[in-house]
Amino acid sequence: MDFDFYLSTMWSVLKALPLTLEIWFFGIAFGLIIATGLTWLRASGHKLGEYFTRAYVFVFRGSPLLVQLYLIYFGLSQFDFVRHSPILWPILRDPMYCTIVAMALNTAAYESEIFRGALRAVPVGQIEAAKAFGMPAFTRFRLVTLPIALRLALPAYSTEIILMTKATALASVVTIMEMMGTAQKIQHDTFRPIEVLTCAGVIYLLLNLSIARLFAWVEYRLSPHLRPPPEQSQQIKPVPEVL
Amino acid sequence: MSANVAAAAKAAPSPEDKSAISVRDMRKCFGDHEVLKGISLEAHKGDVISILGSSGSGKSTMLRCINLLETPDSGEVRVDGELIRMKQARDGRQMPADIRQVERIRANLAMVFQSFNLWSHMTVLENLVAAPTHVLKRPRAECLEQAEALLKRVGIWERRNYYPPHMSGGQQQRAAIARALAMNPKVMLFDEPTSALDPELVGEVLRVMRSLAEEGRTMLVVTHEMGFARDVSSKVMFLHKGEVDSVGEPKEMFAKPPTPQFKQFIANFNK
Repeated sequence: MDFDFYLSTMWSVLKALPLTLEIWFFGIAFGLIIATGLTWLRASGHKLGEYFTRAYVFVFRGSPLLVQLYLIYFGLSQFDFVRHSPILWPILRDPMYCTIVAMALNTAAYESEIFRGALRAVPVGQIEAAKAFGMPAFTRFRLVTLPIALRLALPAYSTEIILMTKATALASVVTIMEMMGTAQKIQHDTFRPIEVLTCAGVIYLLLNLSIARLFAWVEYRLSPHLRPPPEQSQQIKPVPEVL
Repeated sequence: MSANVAAAAKAAPSPEDKSAISVRDMRKCFGDHEVLKGISLEAHKGDVISILGSSGSGKSTMLRCINLLETPDSGEVRVDGELIRMKQARDGRQMPADIRQVERIRANLAMVFQSFNLWSHMTVLENLVAAPTHVLKRPRAECLEQAEALLKRVGIWERRNYYPPHMSGGQQQRAAIARALAMNPKVMLFDEPTSALDPELVGEVLRVMRSLAEEGRTMLVVTHEMGFARDVSSKVMFLHKGEVDSVGEPKEMFAKPPTPQFKQFIANFNK
């Protein structure tokens, strides 16, 4: 084993980590904003909104992210109006922006489905209680529906975020030298795929491990009501009844 | 008779008017099935009305139509003399004309549910404070103080920082009653409050409800607890197939069932 080579490769790939994180962060941030809009549109009950979100989910969930990325980066620049648009062109000529746009559009489709499912899974009784106590719709949503739905959505959402971490590797195909792009370059220069790709793989693993741990911690903090109460896990006997 | 009462109320809404809840000719269909076929009900302040009936008789639906968790197809509901205004929706059904009015009235009609419906992500104390602070806009400190007093009263103060899933059904239902009391409601609606409880937990909930009745609270109680209906309530109303079969003093009703249906109904319970 050539430890020096491993170390130098590790270091080179790690230097590209900030770029990977940048794509990742903006991808999921914009994705979350779009997903929120889609969920709202879907839940609003307007037929038009429902058809639009269904079509959106069908397209962006049904086709590969790589195809979407190519279409946005290589495809859209075919159109004159895109190249001459003062708003679109600065975004779509930049591979970094294109990757972020593709990731955001793609993850929004999945996330909106996750959120829709979570909203539907909020027990009716919990919402009825809020209604029966005279809470206006927004208060009801803020105090009851949203907190419960967020907890229900969290496990599936964390999976989606981990998928997005791995999807950042696709940026390498549109010339971005993030971790995967860097690793590929070293591989081409050195013809040592095992060492190079192992290094990259390990970094992705560790990155996802920390993301998973972070979500697990958030989930833990948000769900004390789903764990046994502290006293009861220590002493089997229930606290005696006082009336 | 109820028409006379309503007419009198319309003619002169005098300060002696003691009507807490007045329902006139309420109808409700679910699809083709007519659940309520013109129900009228008059509850005065301080009344404890037990609403009895076999399952499917429409008693829960009636209660849920009063605070508009279900929208009645027709009929009038007055709370404290105030008519809940309705309008025709585009599909021809009735709907509340002013959701603000409904919310204001709901805040005066605290409800206790069969399955408790405590907000599971909040502690008991948070459950009690949520609606008074966010709906009635009362100061939080004052609400907390009242909440602790109410929890002491229903005997679960020790569990104030527990989450609902960590408590027994009886404790949850007592917490739910305390949550309702925290609104200082004019009328309390109980929708089969003991039906989801294990038999040995029913007593603790009934004790709390009895003490509420004794302090003169206005209560509408949909229940299968014959003992509560007979001994605690001031009026018993028996629904049969979506209609009011009989109404009366509990002692008389149980001693001399006015209709064969009611006789049959209580006979089934005494078996």
